Amino acid sequence: MNRRQKHRLYRILLAGLLLIAAVLSPLEGWLRFFAFLLPYLLVGWEVLKKAFLNICRGQIFDENFLMSIATIGAFLIGEFPEALAVMLFYQIGELFQSMAVQKSRRSIAALMDIRPDYANVYREGQLIQVDPEEVEIGQRILVKPGERVPLDGLILSGSSTLDTSALTGESLPREVGPGSSIISGCVNLSGLLEVEVQKSCEDSTVSRILELVEDSAANKAKAENFITRFARWYTPAVVFSALALAILPPLLLIQSWSLWISRALIFLVISCPCALVISVPLTFFSGIGNASRQGILVKGANYLEALAKAEIVVFDKTGTLTQGNFAVEELCPEGISPEELLETAALAECYSDHPIAQSLQAARGRSPEQERVGEIEEIPGHGLSALVDGRRVLIGNEKLMEKFALPCQASPKPGTLVHIGIDGRYAGYIRIADQPKADAAKALRELKGLGVKRLVMLTGDRKEVAEEVAARLGIDQSHSELLPQDKVKQVESLLRSKTKAGQLLFVGDGINDAPVLARADIGVAMGALGSDAAIEAADVVLMDDSPAKLPLAIRISKRTRGIVLQNIVFALGVKIAVLILGGAGHASMWEAVFADVGVCVIAILNAMRALRIKKPGKD
Amino acid sequence: MKKSFKMQDLECAHCAAKMEQAINKLEGVEKATISFMTQKLTLEADDAHFEEILEQAAQICRKVEPDCRIIK
Repeated sequence: MNRRQKHRLYRILLAGLLLIAAVLSPLEGWLRFFAFLLPYLLVGWEVLKKAFLNICRGQIFDENFLMSIATIGAFLIGEFPEALAVMLFYQIGELFQSMAVQKSRRSIAALMDIRPDYANVYREGQLIQVDPEEVEIGQRILVKPGERVPLDGLILSGSSTLDTSALTGESLPREVGPGSSIISGCVNLSGLLEVEVQKSCEDSTVSRILELVEDSAANKAKAENFITRFARWYTPAVVFSALALAILPPLLLIQSWSLWISRALIFLVISCPCALVISVPLTFFSGIGNASRQGILVKGANYLEALAKAEIVVFDKTGTLTQGNFAVEELCPEGISPEELLETAALAECYSDHPIAQSLQAARGRSPEQERVGEIEEIPGHGLSALVDGRRVLIGNEKLMEKFALPCQASPKPGTLVHIGIDGRYAGYIRIADQPKADAAKALRELKGLGVKRLVMLTGDRKEVAEEVAARLGIDQSHSELLPQDKVKQVESLLRSKTKAGQLLFVGDGINDAPVLARADIGVAMGALGSDAAIEAADVVLMDDSPAKLPLAIRISKRTRGIVLQNIVFALGVKIAVLILGGAGHASMWEAVFADVGVCVIAILNAMRALRIKKPGKD
Repeated sequence: MKKSFKMQDLECAHCAAKMEQAINKLEGVEKATISFMTQKLTLEADDAHFEEILEQAAQICRKVEPDCRIIK
């Protein structure tokens, strides 16, 4: 509790005691009036003052004003205890509300508490702790075991394991050693690391993530905008009905003024839409906070809201559904031994850093003897030609073999074929394939269970490869042999085929598919830890590369929307019910206070449940 | 230019919505959002008149909620 809240609490307690005393006391007439007026002013002075100041500024439908009118009105018609009680409960409600909002702000901040406090640097031969903001690029810092990495950088010496769970939600530690890059926000688990700082504090991963989550509140959900618009009409509407209720029946039906005025006052107490105005954004923000704790960054409440309505999910294949690292699957030599085929291929590709070339080196298991290779000539779009141990080697795709009139074999199995020709004779092929990620199939099944109608895969890869992966994972539709610009066209035609309310998600690695990410309703970048480009381009960022995060994100979205809906229905339902009952004379000030303050508090407590949506449940 | 500012003593959610609406009506403002949860104003406005607009926005906030300050 802060100072302001404490003062409020003391005043409420004192006024409460005075209320009890006044009710029990035998005072009558003016003395009784003053016995209630004193605690009323004690607890309501601030409200009256604010109301007065706001009228001077032209703010009429302000809740302070409405409360003042309602309670002053109650005083005038002689309902002293009610007047005092309404003000008292209103203040209790306000206090509770400000504490609840403060608490939820804190718990969201605690969820996001990944900001490191200090960095260890050497200054004049001494190791001291400084604010990470004071460290410049190129300086060396020391990260001890158990400490949080303060800035992004490159490890110069030392090796250790890192706990990335604060960023990715994944508990598996990551191994690092000299030469690995290291990201701020991770916790160093075992060894001492010397790190060269590569990014300033404000550009470091931690700062960027925190900024992103805070800014996400600026992208408001449809439900939030609806509530804001609704609130703009609701209050004046209720106030005018209260006015009508106070004036019309006594004039037209010649009934008692005090009866109808007291009913009108009930309306005024209920006229503040606070329960909705606070709880809806709070729910979305809690949902976003919760998602970021699990390694899912959502860039706005609008995206969190839309995720639940995912109808078509489009995946990029390589790196998203598959591991993206190629491995040699099969050696199919002709006229030479398998070892010789692999050795020749690996040597010919020894200067290439293409993933396929690297998979050849990895399969051979030793670094290539570059002195055995010469006269390398790239044939763009085909492959290359090189002199290995004095023999002319051609290595590349089918087109290369055709070009040099070497008859080559085809393979019925999926994968990329690397054909090799030696001294004008076909020497066989090596089949290289990419494996689907371990949890991809399960994640896709879960998506279907969450109401996704169509799963689509786009790839630049060969048709056989695409179809095999699609069949294995349960993809409904796959489009293969696409160039990057074709992917945008495919997504556009899919966008036309979906229903109006449904959303199209595109999931990619965020590196070379920025145009597609932008074109989809919701662009999701996967495995984005440490990739600024991906964080920039996407609407939803999955920090690690596990496809299982996608159904989790949708589940969080659904839960959040559910809570928002509950709050809207509950708050409006109670308010409307009390308005009707009050108009008919069946509700008192007490019910009205509950419909205002009580509902607000319950809605806030409900909203905070969005913070606690757990990992994949059995639900 | 787009910039965000911390807001101090923003106590009422309804007021935040009112401020947001009024700031959006200022001339030169492209988009203004106020988040009650993060207590932040995100202002996207004309570069040349940014300071002026910010001052006007601060006045609006004071008018709606007297204690509320925009921290520059």
